Amino acid sequence: MSNPLIEVRNLGIAFGRGAAAVPVVRGVSFALGREKLGIVGESGAGKSTVGRALMRLLPPAARVTADRMAFRDTDLLAASERQMMELRGRRMGLILQDPKYSLNPVVPVGEQIAEAWRLHHKGPAREARERTLAILEAVKIRDPARVARLYPHEISGGMGQRVMIAMMLIAGPDVVIADEPTSALDVTVRLEVLHLLDELIESRGLGLILISHDLNLVRRFCDRVVIMYAGRVMEILPAADLERAEHPYTRGLLASLPSIHRAQDRLPVLRRDPAWLAGAGGTP
Amino acid sequence: MIEVRDLVVRFGDAPPAVAGVSFAVETGETFGLVGESGCGKSTVLRALAGLNTDYGGEVRLDGTVLPPHRPRGFFKRVQMVFQDPYGSLHPRQTIQAQLLEPLRNQGMTPPADAVGAALDSVGLPRTAAFRYPHQLSGGQRQRVAIARALMLQPEVLLLDEPTSALDVSVQAEILNLLMDLRAQRGLTYILVSHDLAVVAHMCHRIAVMQGGRIVDGFDAATLRAGTPTHPYTQELLAASEAYGEAPAG
Repeated sequence: MSNPLIEVRNLGIAFGRGAAAVPVVRGVSFALGREKLGIVGESGAGKSTVGRALMRLLPPAARVTADRMAFRDTDLLAASERQMMELRGRRMGLILQDPKYSLNPVVPVGEQIAEAWRLHHKGPAREARERTLAILEAVKIRDPARVARLYPHEISGGMGQRVMIAMMLIAGPDVVIADEPTSALDVTVRLEVLHLLDELIESRGLGLILISHDLNLVRRFCDRVVIMYAGRVMEILPAADLERAEHPYTRGLLASLPSIHRAQDRLPVLRRDPAWLAGAGGTP
Repeated sequence: MIEVRDLVVRFGDAPPAVAGVSFAVETGETFGLVGESGCGKSTVLRALAGLNTDYGGEVRLDGTVLPPHRPRGFFKRVQMVFQDPYGSLHPRQTIQAQLLEPLRNQGMTPPADAVGAALDSVGLPRTAAFRYPHQLSGGQRQRVAIARALMLQPEVLLLDEPTSALDVSVQAEILNLLMDLRAQRGLTYILVSHDLAVVAHMCHRIAVMQGGRIVDGFDAATLRAGTPTHPYTQELLAASEAYGEAPAG
């Protein structure tokens, strides 16, 4: 890929030092262009850890090593904390799973969105307010002036997630990392939020990393999919080809999903093969 | 086996969380209640289990109306499995102690091999008896929760989102286990879920809840064919398909 937004080569992450170090991510490589890239895996696969490593949000106990981990021309391993402060939010946005925990419960949502803008831009409070209302409109919230005055507990889960998206977009990032952005939402609301995210990503030409445990969601929503298992990349393939995935882990995961339309006596159970851990992982 | 008539549950002055729900479940049947958050599906289950005694309407077991404060014997026949195996097990009791608790509550002397047999039946190693919940994985914990619900040899299991906290590969194992146990013991299940695919896989008949009411009901074949007619069911089905699997055909 020429001129990727994010490039990761041979990323390793371990917690702890020396002999007691526990490796949680090994040999992960991928590149992100202006596309929607899904990272899928089960709990403990290391997918969120990779997302946080990109934002340098891991706790100090984490040891991150890589041949290369870069956002455009900035080396994310070597960047100073001051440089990271400029990147985080401003150039790379992060959306988390549950708006209930990610929003400040005692500050109206409008103020929280305005704060995100003021953190990265100099400008009068009036402009921050106008931009807040504009971005709330962009995430399809009716009556933005009223919603801006509400506290997080007064809005629904779907609206909370729109507020989170607004808060992240107002800074104008190039890359969005969304960690399970819709897992806390009902199916019908989930769809609205995904459509919205899709539209905003397309219209603004952003790159998206969507971290999810949900194969179906990623299959429908993303361009390419990285399949992770036990801290390693099993394979990387176009989302449209997921049905024809070759890796036994991917196939096993797909098969273990119950179906609305197909009657089955038993669901095929995934047989984990230690050999999967031996391979170096997929190609970027 | 179980019959619910005009069940109403209110919390404070808000509109009722369950506003007149009626259904009947036959012996050996698996009945599914689906709907989105806040539709009242779990509230129905909690009222059935006797966890919420402040309800209106009737719940019958084998034709007999149950008092809202369930007699002790009720729990020998009906048991519940909760969504979150992290929250439903006592963090500081061994698995053995938790498995024996239902027997103790009934004033029964546990048979010599009660714990071992229970662990066998849900596919856990016998050494799990001496472990604490934090030493087990999510799937293993849900197996313990199922084993505990089966300790009194009940006829009915009330399952509240039994797999929604689990990974898909683990979900497949637990759903298989529930189907095996149903076949071995002739259990009757009432399964609450937000996941149409899980419900279609497990249930014989399905009711769709919205705003505290049952708005639609059909059998599994109708759901598989994608032919329920109620607009809300269609919407749920469309949403599940739009981001999930392809429509039938």
